[in-house]
Amino acid sequence: MKTILLDALTIAGKDLKGELRSKQTIGMMLVFSALVIIIFSFAFDPTSNTVKAIIPGLVWVITIFAGILGLNRSFVSELENHCLTGLRTAPIDPSSIYLGKVLANFSLVTSVQLISIPVLFLLFGYRFTGSYLWFCCIVICGTIGFIIVGTFLAALAANAKNSEMLLPVLLLPLISPLLIAGVQATRIVLESLEITDAISWLKLMIAYDFLFLAVCFLLFEYIMEES
Amino acid sequence: MRQENLFDRILLYILIPSVFILLYLIFIWSPVEKIMGETQKIFYIHVGTAWVAFLAFFVVGFYSVWTLIKPNMNRYIYAGISAEIGVVFTTITLLSGMTWGRASWNTWWSWEPRLVTTLILLFIYVAYLFIRKMDGSWEKIAKLSSVFGIIGCLNVPIVFMAIRWWNSKLHPVVFGEGKNQSGGGIEPEMLATLLFSVFTITILYVFLMRKGAEIEKMRHIVKKSKNKLINKLAS
Repeated sequence: MKTILLDALTIAGKDLKGELRSKQTIGMMLVFSALVIIIFSFAFDPTSNTVKAIIPGLVWVITIFAGILGLNRSFVSELENHCLTGLRTAPIDPSSIYLGKVLANFSLVTSVQLISIPVLFLLFGYRFTGSYLWFCCIVICGTIGFIIVGTFLAALAANAKNSEMLLPVLLLPLISPLLIAGVQATRIVLESLEITDAISWLKLMIAYDFLFLAVCFLLFEYIMEES
Repeated sequence: MRQENLFDRILLYILIPSVFILLYLIFIWSPVEKIMGETQKIFYIHVGTAWVAFLAFFVVGFYSVWTLIKPNMNRYIYAGISAEIGVVFTTITLLSGMTWGRASWNTWWSWEPRLVTTLILLFIYVAYLFIRKMDGSWEKIAKLSSVFGIIGCLNVPIVFMAIRWWNSKLHPVVFGEGKNQSGGGIEPEMLATLLFSVFTITILYVFLMRKGAEIEKMRHIVKKSKNKLINKLAS
């Protein structure tokens, strides 16, 4: 178990180091999430009062759309120079590749969120009155679940020629419960309603995270086996 | 091979009269509902197809687990055919449900747990079929699609729970649950018709599944001999 974690950290470190050098994916994700915000400002008048109602959804829409861009890259980029074959033949447990990728993708998406969510509040002129702690908790739990399933399906989709198109089709129906829970919990926190309701949504998200982490962790080697 | 044909034939002989009896039961024998009138008759088909839609998905999950444990062409084919039939039945469920909803709730679509779960189920099915359409050897696709089948199967109850918490107002609870644990209740004739409908549609599902698997196997045989022929001509 300890070696799996250490290997996972090595792989995550490798991914993040590459990303820090090129800054390609993260730059794209940032620009894309900014564009999504702008597009939404055309769709919903940002000066009106309806903004309050759509902000919780927007937080998740930008996370998921920008996240899918990053997830697409995480395994497809390994196909160049047969890096994936290298990883596969390395004397490590396949699950550690998965965990490493989850860690790398998670840090990527959270760093995008750190910039894009404040920008969203700023551009839509939203005054944050809820509790920061709960808000962060919900966003992190939701993002973890999204990344857990997303990384797994990205590895699955990387086998196909049209993986960029395949990934959203596979991913969105599967994360729908997480999305519902995330949006509802975020709404409750942002509107400073009864926090106990948000906690039950949070519990659903945590259960989802653990269940899918376990299942994906076990099943990942089947995806890695075949070329 | 002969025995399989016999089984198929028996199924067919049960299926054809059942369909006619079912039509008779639905449209002539069963009583007309007091408030909704004739539109209530959609209910029999709707419940039957919905049951098969979820059953088909469960079968996909079951064969997926089995394929992962012991890869085998037949199991792989059964999982795929079950998903294909599932798509058809889920679509019928959704369409019949929408027609019924229009008549009784005065709206084509409401964001209600069972509706949304079924819609998401449809999308998971379609995604599953997309994976099966990937190119590569069948062993590879069998593995990838099985993995997705398992995850998708696990997801369905969670989706249902999530949406149920989200909002639950409209769908009539006919059996169990409800405020006084009895639901809306149902006439004995209606119940008989409903059970017969579920039975017939399940037989239809089994029949389609066997036929579909047979065709798929033939397709594989043709493909194999084609490759053989091409190789022969090339050399």
